[in-house]
Amino acid sequence: MTTEPAALASEPETATAPVADTTDSTVTLQVWRGDPDGGAFAEYSLPANEGEVVLDVVHRLQAGPAPDLACRWNCKAGKCGSCSAEINGRPRLMCMTRVDELPPGPITVAPMRTFPIIRDLVTDVSFNFAMAKLVPAFSPPPPPAEGYRMQQIDVERGQEFRKCIECFMCQDVCHVIRDHEENKPAYAGPRFFIRIAELEMHPLDTNDRRDLVRQQMGLGMCNITKCCTEVCPEHIKITDNAIIPMKERVVDADFDPVGWLGRKILRRSKTSPTETAAISAYPGPSPSAPAG
Amino acid sequence: MATVEKATVSPVTIGGTRGGPDQPTVRKDRWWLQPVVTATVLTSFVVYATWAAFVNKDYYVGATEHRDLISPFYSPCLAGSCVPGSHPHIVLSQWMISPAILILIVPLGFRLTCYYYRRAYYRSFWLSPPNCAVADAHGSYSGETRFPLILQNVHRWFFYLGLILNVILTIDAVVSYNQPGIGIGVTVGSLVLTVNAVLLWCYSLSCHSCRHLCGGQVRSFAKHPIRYRLWKFVTPLNAHHMNFAWASLVFVALTDLYVRLVASGTITDFRLF
Amino acid sequence: MPEYETHRYDVIVIGAGGAGLRAAIEARARGLRTALVCKSLLGKAHTVMAEGGVAAAMGNVYSEDNWQVHFRDTMRGGKYLNNWRMAQLHAQEAPDRVYELESWGALFDRTKDGRILQRDFGGHRYARLAHVGDRTGLELIRTLQQRAVHMDIDVFMECKVLRLLTDGDGAVSGAIGYWRPTGDMVVFESKATVLATGSIGRSYTYTSNSWESTGDGHAMAMWAGADVIEMECVQFHPTGMVWPLSVRGLLVTEGVRGDGGALKNSEDRRFMFDYIPEMFRAETADTEEEADAWYEDHINYRRTPDLLPRDEVARAINSEVKAGRGSPHGGVYLDIASRRSPEYIRRRLPSMYHQFMELAGVDITSEPMEVGPTCHYMMGGVRVDADTEASTVPGLFAAGEVAGGMHGANRLGGNSLSDLLVFGRRAGIGASDYAEGRSGEPSVSPAEIEEVVADALSPFGRDGGENPYDIHQDLQSCMQALVGIIRTGSELEQALEKLEELKERTGKVSVSGGRAYNPGWNLATDLPSMLTVSTAIAQGALHRKESRGGHTRDDYPGPDPELGKVNFVQRQNAQRGYAAPVQITPEPLPQMPAELQALLEEGH
Ligand SMILES: Cc1cc2nc3c(=O)[nH]c(=O)nc-3n(C[C@H](O)[C@H](O)[C@H](O)COP(=O)(O)OP(=O)(O)OC[C@H]3O[C@@H](n4cnc5c(N)ncnc54)[C@H](O)[C@@H]3O)c2cc1C
Ligand code: SF4
Ligand code: SF4
Ligand code: FES
Ligand code: FES
Repeated sequence: MTTEPAALASEPETATAPVADTTDSTVTLQVWRGDPDGGAFAEYSLPANEGEVVLDVVHRLQAGPAPDLACRWNCKAGKCGSCSAEINGRPRLMCMTRVDELPPGPITVAPMRTFPIIRDLVTDVSFNFAMAKLVPAFSPPPPPAEGYRMQQIDVERGQEFRKCIECFMCQDVCHVIRDHEENKPAYAGPRFFIRIAELEMHPLDTNDRRDLVRQQMGLGMCNITKCCTEVCPEHIKITDNAIIPMKERVVDADFDPVGWLGRKILRRSKTSPTETAAISAYPGPSPSAPAG
Repeated sequence: MATVEKATVSPVTIGGTRGGPDQPTVRKDRWWLQPVVTATVLTSFVVYATWAAFVNKDYYVGATEHRDLISPFYSPCLAGSCVPGSHPHIVLSQWMISPAILILIVPLGFRLTCYYYRRAYYRSFWLSPPNCAVADAHGSYSGETRFPLILQNVHRWFFYLGLILNVILTIDAVVSYNQPGIGIGVTVGSLVLTVNAVLLWCYSLSCHSCRHLCGGQVRSFAKHPIRYRLWKFVTPLNAHHMNFAWASLVFVALTDLYVRLVASGTITDFRLF
Repeated sequence: MPEYETHRYDVIVIGAGGAGLRAAIEARARGLRTALVCKSLLGKAHTVMAEGGVAAAMGNVYSEDNWQVHFRDTMRGGKYLNNWRMAQLHAQEAPDRVYELESWGALFDRTKDGRILQRDFGGHRYARLAHVGDRTGLELIRTLQQRAVHMDIDVFMECKVLRLLTDGDGAVSGAIGYWRPTGDMVVFESKATVLATGSIGRSYTYTSNSWESTGDGHAMAMWAGADVIEMECVQFHPTGMVWPLSVRGLLVTEGVRGDGGALKNSEDRRFMFDYIPEMFRAETADTEEEADAWYEDHINYRRTPDLLPRDEVARAINSEVKAGRGSPHGGVYLDIASRRSPEYIRRRLPSMYHQFMELAGVDITSEPMEVGPTCHYMMGGVRVDADTEASTVPGLFAAGEVAGGMHGANRLGGNSLSDLLVFGRRAGIGASDYAEGRSGEPSVSPAEIEEVVADALSPFGRDGGENPYDIHQDLQSCMQALVGIIRTGSELEQALEKLEELKERTGKVSVSGGRAYNPGWNLATDLPSMLTVSTAIAQGALHRKESRGGHTRDDYPGPDPELGKVNFVQRQNAQRGYAAPVQITPEPLPQMPAELQALLEEGH
């Protein structure tokens, strides 16, 4: 049932399964097997089961021919964002990708490209946890005894971004770091742009993170090509509702002559005291900074 | 005993050896189709618009034909070289080359700095990236952080200027319903000008800067009910910004073409009623 | 000598779900050196899957609501097997914990006047669940995670704890585990240790739980000598998906029935009318007409039997399937398509619509769903002191699903998330107090470490032994078939025998490959916990000779008032580990003060 793992790294296109394997009842997976020392696609064929998702097939491989095949998963319901991988070259959740919705022929499953490999389909996503530390915290006024009052229209804006399940596929697909490793230390990525936007649009927040997001988190590196939006499994409109509004807010702060003139005349600072504090407390991204 | 005191907490690796195949993309679908189509349409438009802007004739159908139709490429016709009847009140009489060059700066700048077109040409011309999960064609990348791309931030100013043009083109459309010597009526030409103006309004109102200025920039909608309503109005338009961008682009060229064909006498502008 | 790294902390928290995060935040806020250890990435814990909401008597929708009513609802739902003090603290403190989340950045849905909106749920007298659409758990975990990140709590992710370590006097002084990415061993020395490891669902074939729910905390506590209680009380949610097999067990929210869905068997009969228990007869509709009218008018009509408590519905579905009136894939039908308009369904149940559309190819606006019971929640767990969450072993604390007592024999929807917050915080305080009061640095025994390491690595040394995946599958089938929703004495005895066999096989497991991110090996290290927990469940079920809440005995179909006054306490004595026997003794429930007792009577 299982073919020998074959090294197909250079030419997966030619790796068509034997004729007998392409019938409806067989599913062929080319799974990346490897670690920091290198790797290759290994091909496996299994009888297909009705309604399966790619993660099911991976599980069957683990229980059968490939017991040490590494992959992350938790909920198997598209809710935790653990099982991100690149299926047929596109970032997707393995647990939400049905085998029967993919075009016939072998399915390639590779780890996320942007992050260092640990083993097989598992990558080291600590980049994202390091970036998460750099976002200045929510800072509301002290709460009244009865709790804060907010309107649904205001919370809905932030709620869209809080749907994020941290699958990090937007980070993976973003060419700023996917194709340019050297940008990583100075680029927080779309996942954290929506986090910043969420806080900036929070009706109770008192921080101003515009300079921070422009100067240190690399908002200007994004060229709004929208791949993050295309891959987001939560259908968050990352570019339209977070990145572009943040770019516009930066324009308000830095590129709007009318605003600048107004501030000059009224002698107002565009940074609030809290923001100034946040920026001076900002440790600056350093590639080797430990999370702890 | 090999004990390491406080060695690591979840270690952070930012760089490191990557996994997966070392090739520009593993995608097997026709990912190249989208950039190719975009590039083709944009190039065709640029070629046509350049030609139309430089020919400097056949852009106005005037009273002699009992019409008042002006090509959107040439309106407002400010140059001294403008054909009689096509002038608004202000005239820059010194300007003798094509009047289109004068005003096309605005729509050009508006569209060049438009968030949607940026996406389109960064992908299809600059290949940065050509499509999602397909490698960027460039070795280094600094996004929009340096000159000249940092100038994209002036988009808002072109938006304001674009609004002025929209008003003028709307007036052009309205006056085209008055056919000199015949009276008020509807011609194909007046309809074309109207559709063109409507599409341009849709494009401008669905602009991201517009959405921001309407209400996107406030922290709390509840405290700014009017701006919230404005924002609520433009947000659904904004979702279709890409469609309006293409529709208005193609239609503005068609409008010019139509006026041109009528002005050159190739076709006559049919009067409906 | 095995190689390992050592970390020293005041407090370590094992588990980064809602309970663990909340505990770590509290300990860190006290200025203690705090570590948070979890076996998957931060923010992926099972808490993220919770949908419905957090129960807290804030009274935003019904001002009549208060902690007393919440307390009464909780006790009645738990069939009075709850630890009364926990139920009281929970009801009293939940609102503050929810407000606190909001000041940390959570965005709950709002009422018209801008307060936190609350929704209705089974067993709660008033609309009480603060929520964010159908992703409340995500909001909760993300808020706590973001809070924790800014407090400089050291997080050890993808680090699996294998065993708790004790000092010479039997006090818990740390833990040993391994980094999943590398397979390297890690030792923690800590003055206080908090367990927050969540559920046990992975011992069953069909479960709504994630792979992490292997009951490690329950098992580790027992191996350290701690008491666990009420292990027989496992909640089966009546409606999980049954087809396709790949999603079997995935939750179908109670909201489907709340919004008009009806359960039907293969004969198209609304069978729930045949299963109305005596206790609920007075308040339940007995004709379809009345049940349907209830949706519009709660005052003049009685409640539909489709919305009986979870344990009743799960049992009814089970009986229908056993009687041969099930659906083709072994469930029953849940039909909302013929009862509500497609627009209504899509508006009210967007995520269910998509879940069925994308994963099962079923359009719930035109076809019925196939559903069946799925293992959902563990009411039992580590026996703790209600105020401090201290276990019966010094230095060890427990909070969240791993702790027992709060929910009695059956948990109400929404009471878990609030449980995590209330008792997570209290465990953090309890552990901090203990750590501050503990003299000297904790010490762990190298011999014990060596033994655990040798044990954990032993599968690599064997060749051609048992396959861990096979053992896991056999364990799941055994628990599913013999210790499922409906239990009988003979089957439970059979299960206990079978478990002994599986323990023996586990001793012979072999795995291939290296230590770095090796799922086969990881599973091999999960097996001991699952076996210990399964044994405790089966044994508890055998001893509780009555039916109560989540525990149903075919051979003892009714409740026994005498057994309603005791907890079944299980512990390991001198011999510890998955292969060692577990003792079980009935012990009286803590005595409730008269004024609370009076509160309960009032409700009747
Ligand atoms: C589908 C679904 C819907 C639900 N909906 C609701 C709802 O609407 N309302 C409600 O109140 N409740 C709900 N619940 C129940 C509730 O979500 C859980 O009871 C609760 O989240 C448990 O939280 P916890 O903090 O105790 O543990 P978990 O969130 O399960 O976290 C366990 C943590 O322990 C770690 N861990 C486990 N073992 C080890 C080990 N050996 N070493 C290191 N770390 C370890 C894990 O990595 C994880 O971080 C729902 C449950 C499910 C499955
Ligand atoms: S839109 Fe910006 S952030 Fe998103 S993928 Fe493209 S470059 Fe990256
Ligand atoms: S924004 Fe979307 S794609 Fe990015 S991490 Fe969150 S859920 Fe994933
Ligand atoms: S396993 Fe949770 S998103 Fe796929
Ligand atoms: S015109 Fe396209 S975004 Fe402004």
